[in-house]
Amino acid sequence: MLEIKDIEKLAKLARIELTSEEKEKLLKEVDPILGYVTQLKEVVSVVGEEKKAGELRNVAREDANPTETGTNTKDIIADMPDSQDNYLKVEKIL
Amino acid sequence: MSIDLKNLTIKKAHEALLKGEYSAVDLASAYLEQIKKTDKDIHAYLEVFADVIEQAKVADEKIKNGKAGLLTGIPIAVKDNILIKGKIASAASKILENYTATYDATVIEKLKNEGVVFIGRTNMDEFAMGGSTENSAYGTTKNPYDLERVPGGSSGGSAAAVASNESLVSLGSDTGGSIRQPASFCGLVGLKPTYGAVSRYGVMAMGSSLDQIGPFGKTVLDAEILFNAIKGQDKMDSTTLPNKKSEENLSGKKFKIGVPKDFLNIGGIDESIVKNFQESLEKLKALGHEIIDIELPNLKYSLAVYYVIVPAEVSSNMARYDGMRYGKRVTGATGIEDYFLSRQAGLGREVKRRIILGTYVLSSGYYDAYYNKANIVREIIKDDYKKAFKNVDIIATPTAPSVAFKIGEKVDDPLQMYLEDIFTVPINLAGVPAISIPSGMKNINGKDLPIGIQFIADYNREDKLFAVSKSFLEEK
Repeated sequence: MLEIKDIEKLAKLARIELTSEEKEKLLKEVDPILGYVTQLKEVVSVVGEEKKAGELRNVAREDANPTETGTNTKDIIADMPDSQDNYLKVEKIL
Repeated sequence: MSIDLKNLTIKKAHEALLKGEYSAVDLASAYLEQIKKTDKDIHAYLEVFADVIEQAKVADEKIKNGKAGLLTGIPIAVKDNILIKGKIASAASKILENYTATYDATVIEKLKNEGVVFIGRTNMDEFAMGGSTENSAYGTTKNPYDLERVPGGSSGGSAAAVASNESLVSLGSDTGGSIRQPASFCGLVGLKPTYGAVSRYGVMAMGSSLDQIGPFGKTVLDAEILFNAIKGQDKMDSTTLPNKKSEENLSGKKFKIGVPKDFLNIGGIDESIVKNFQESLEKLKALGHEIIDIELPNLKYSLAVYYVIVPAEVSSNMARYDGMRYGKRVTGATGIEDYFLSRQAGLGREVKRRIILGTYVLSSGYYDAYYNKANIVREIIKDDYKKAFKNVDIIATPTAPSVAFKIGEKVDDPLQMYLEDIFTVPINLAGVPAISIPSGMKNINGKDLPIGIQFIADYNREDKLFAVSKSFLEEK
């Protein structure tokens, strides 16, 4: 069983601020879903762990032929919440 | 100029455009007129583009110069998670309310080359998470057959747009049934292609190992034409597969159709759906196809697998929406607080729920118990299909366990909402292609509500899906 402090920890890891009402709701909703998916443990204990997961894997392409610098700059900057002199502007970090 | 939009198909429109019976501008205007009439009730569109007529003029020019292809001048609606350069793409989320796409998705680029006319962007469940469009941050789309009911989801707007003649065809995306279930609820043909058949470059990722883009149409041929236009290998999406064209001539072929009886007895399926499915099997038999009992013993675990893998992939994919480089930013006292506040304000309930679940199943100590186990069971489910397709061409099931449900009926019970996907989810886990086509109606309080049947084929055998569907619908 999850507790409110577990939800708070997960929310912190996921970088989401939650109201106490949202936390209560999530606790009520997440627990039954986790209960439902525990059936997977039983299935795997029947078929055995030796069944390997994994034809799916990441395939990366060569990082080649980049777009010429500046091609999309104007459009990308236009989408920024805040910018200055072609730079993305954020709060001071240090 | 009056065009019969209800019975219009791509081929009919194409022939009329070539003969000059009407122009692409006339055709686009007819759809805009229809949108004006019905979309305030249906709410299929989040935005109807301001340049529809301009696009149609370009298509007319192409037709005049004898350069028209089958799709030139054809009106298409696009789900709001697919990027069209210069247009807003919000995925029906507050966090991307004002996000303007800086490039075209590969599917859009292909369709632009064909000279289609993009009518607008359609409503959906936020970031494609849901089965009813009720999770949209911009209001629910209504089912054209009954305005008190949902159109299905997550591609509900794309389905409702075609079903209400507000577009001729449309694009959706399908992670666990998001094309097929709304197609079923709205009486349309909807295809979830083989994983890797269509490039996802320029589509907002939800469950990356499951997502596919696919077409909606009123006829099998319309869906087939649109699928052929968007498929193909793409260097920008490394999961795409080379096109292998089947040489087999399928016209008039009698198929071996497998039916997983045990899977149909899991309970919770509406009686009218079971009855309609039995009638559909009789019809297939009468058409000369062979019905064979098959076993897919591990499909019953599909939802458990799905609701581990999807939240896991969602929690990773949604990490990019942090209010920094684009989208909504809510400023706090510190830089890190900006993340927390932007995501609180910008993301909806279902998205947050899946992020929290995904963060849990991927966290150290639980990773093995949930995510690894889910991947192992996923392989077992794949094996079930591989075995089955040694003996049959097609597997048939209902598309959804019920007809369109009422707005608000399931919104407070996520597990109940997830059970809606019982027939569609296993297909995405395996990566095989599947189609939903109309198979009948159920009358509730004087309103006819569509029922769908789902056909599933082996990898890259969309051709078999089209052939058996045309046979079933007696479409030439």
